[in-house]
Amino acid sequence: MPAKSLTQDYYEFFGIPRRLSVDMDDLQKRFYALSRDFHPDRYARKSVAEQQYALDATSILNDGYRVLRDPIKRAEYLLAQEGFDIGEQRSNNVPPELLEEVFELNMLLEEAPDRSELEQARGKFQEMQRNSDAELEDLFRKYDSSGDRGILQAVRGLLNRRRYIQNLLRDVDKALA
Amino acid sequence: MSTFQIDFGQQQSPIVGIDLGTTNSLVAVMGPSGQPEIVTGPDGSKIVPSVVSVNPSGEILVGASANEALLKHPERTVYSAKRLMGRGIEDVRQELALLPFQIAGGSESVIRFQLGDRVFTPPQIGAEILRHLKQNAETYLGQEVTQAVITVPAYFNDAQRQATKDAGRIAGLDVLRLVNEPTAASLAYGLDKRKEGIVAVYDFGGGTFDISILKIHDGIFEVLATRGDTHLGGDDIDNLLIRIALEDISTEWGEDVSTNHEAVQLLRRAVIRAKEELSFVPTALIDLQYRGKHYQREMPRDVFDRLITPVVDRTLAPCRECLRDAGVPVEDIAEVVLVGGSTRIPLVRKAVETLFRARPHTELNPDEVVALGAAVQAGILSGHVEDTLLLDVTPLSLGIETMGGVVSKLIHRNSTIPASATEQFTTAVDGQRNVLIHVVQGERELVKDCRSLARFDLKGIDPVPAGMARVEVRFLIDANGILNVTAKDVRTGNEHSVDVKPSYGLSDEQVEAMIRESYEKAEEDLRERQVREARVEADAILVATDKAKANDAWLRLTEAERNSIDRYTNELLVVYNSDDHTLIRDHIEKLNHATMKLAENMMNTAVRGALKGTKIDELG
Repeated sequence: MPAKSLTQDYYEFFGIPRRLSVDMDDLQKRFYALSRDFHPDRYARKSVAEQQYALDATSILNDGYRVLRDPIKRAEYLLAQEGFDIGEQRSNNVPPELLEEVFELNMLLEEAPDRSELEQARGKFQEMQRNSDAELEDLFRKYDSSGDRGILQAVRGLLNRRRYIQNLLRDVDKALA
Repeated sequence: MSTFQIDFGQQQSPIVGIDLGTTNSLVAVMGPSGQPEIVTGPDGSKIVPSVVSVNPSGEILVGASANEALLKHPERTVYSAKRLMGRGIEDVRQELALLPFQIAGGSESVIRFQLGDRVFTPPQIGAEILRHLKQNAETYLGQEVTQAVITVPAYFNDAQRQATKDAGRIAGLDVLRLVNEPTAASLAYGLDKRKEGIVAVYDFGGGTFDISILKIHDGIFEVLATRGDTHLGGDDIDNLLIRIALEDISTEWGEDVSTNHEAVQLLRRAVIRAKEELSFVPTALIDLQYRGKHYQREMPRDVFDRLITPVVDRTLAPCRECLRDAGVPVEDIAEVVLVGGSTRIPLVRKAVETLFRARPHTELNPDEVVALGAAVQAGILSGHVEDTLLLDVTPLSLGIETMGGVVSKLIHRNSTIPASATEQFTTAVDGQRNVLIHVVQGERELVKDCRSLARFDLKGIDPVPAGMARVEVRFLIDANGILNVTAKDVRTGNEHSVDVKPSYGLSDEQVEAMIRESYEKAEEDLRERQVREARVEADAILVATDKAKANDAWLRLTEAERNSIDRYTNELLVVYNSDDHTLIRDHIEKLNHATMKLAENMMNTAVRGALKGTKIDELG
């Protein structure tokens, strides 16, 4: 059995630095290598205890890969680890800069919009999402080089905003479908 | 030390790969050359029809012989039982209207077939087929088989997977892994050619449809997404043709034969024959002869294509959704692999080619490729296939019921398995001792639109004020796609007992009872066979002795010798009807011994007789 003990910390499990930006190719390589080490298929004829270990290890590995390869989930994970509360704000507090957009969209949806209006709204939200992704990437880099907790606060605000934009996009898509 | 381990490894019993199909089943093993091979049965056939029949004397028939019995005793025969695995009667009402099975009472959470005076659940039918395949593999390999990999449709839910595993247990097989059929097929294809890139597997079988998209890289087969329909297959095409033919027949013969099982079975064969021919020739004949009446209908391929277009189209939406789930543009699909008998239909091939813009692979027999892949997976588990590893996903999201019948999703579909989620639960009332958790599978927001999976009862919670208890529940989907639940008290760290009530399927106790029953039946069957065989032998020696008494040799025996033969003959006749085969055999042995001299005399007489009739010159 590999000597590695089971850590619940995804960064530690993958053996990568605790950063907001992650090298995707490196992450995938590590995922495949760790899968080869731990996957239950490799322990099918081993003792029950070893099989259980393989199962537990692989579930942490897979859960961790899902989180670390997704920039949003990864940021949320790191924020939570750093003691930020990310669960509560999910659906309340509309970010003030989005109030206008939310209001406009609700108006639009109420007055039986035609497709072109909806397509236009969708384009706008997609643009906003791209912008916030770029902004997020920028914040990731800044945090990784400085380790400044103040930046994490900004990341948290941006994630909240992004979630809202996503909700708006979802509403438009629903209306378009 | 390492040499010892290698030797030890080679002596371990083999793991077989089994494709337990809706229409046909196959078993495969890893051959000595490291390539998978399909097991040929004693009848010379690789394919075992997934049909089980109980004949009027209570004997269970499996495969080709059961298929024959389908015409004589349709009410004692079950086919396509896989469509009913892990389902309750309400799920399959529509389906059952087309199947001639007699359903026994108590089928709400598990279907029960009435076959003569015996009752079978779908896992027990599956077990009969598995037992048959196990025996074929044992004969083929010349050694005992106790471990297997069994394939399931990728889109099978938890209950359907559990039912398949139960079938294995009842058949005396340790099911080391359930593998998704399209993934298994990709293993069979990818092994020899070290492929790289994105592959789509289109699996259209007798009763189910699956589409999976995989990334193959350096021996790792990573499933990106899977979609499917567990109620869509070649059977649906057959049923379309049967319905049309039945309408024709009722006009032509002025008779509705749709409730006549024998006629419908004959018609089913006739339309399947025509369907299969149409894959190779431009027109085919649906031809039915029944009780002196004759029905014929020409079926040109273009008419057939128009008829089945809606069925084929139903496979395309899941393909597009699967591409989207995988996050892969269609241009990135390097190869398409076809699996399942229905992919022989030219219209299906054309539809796949158009959608994926790639010529599909057909080098391997679409009927065999899943079993071959299962054998490869067996090789991975036994350590004989190195470097190859399968990373599969769960096809359906897993969630729990929350306030107002809303689903809270814990593990999303297309998550690589094993996958887990942890959730904390507390109590709502002071002193509450247990918490009931309702687990569902599906993508919809409301519990009523999802599939109920099980209810878990957390028991023995310390009686504390409402909201104070903290129970942490871990939901883990294992590598077979089956849910395991464990719970612990956060404050004490103690493990909690979890009482599981599956919504569909058999409880552990029921499976145990079925295993015991099958053992008892097997012993009973064995005893009966031994008695029957002993009687056959007794018949043979009794007849031979009787004949010998008319021979000259009988007269050449002493009176004591003749008396002894008469005595042992009578004794054998006395024990003949006993159900103790050893007693019968003892007396056969005694009579055999007593007649030795007589047999010798007869041999000599025969030789002399032969010489007497021979001319001298011929002897020289």
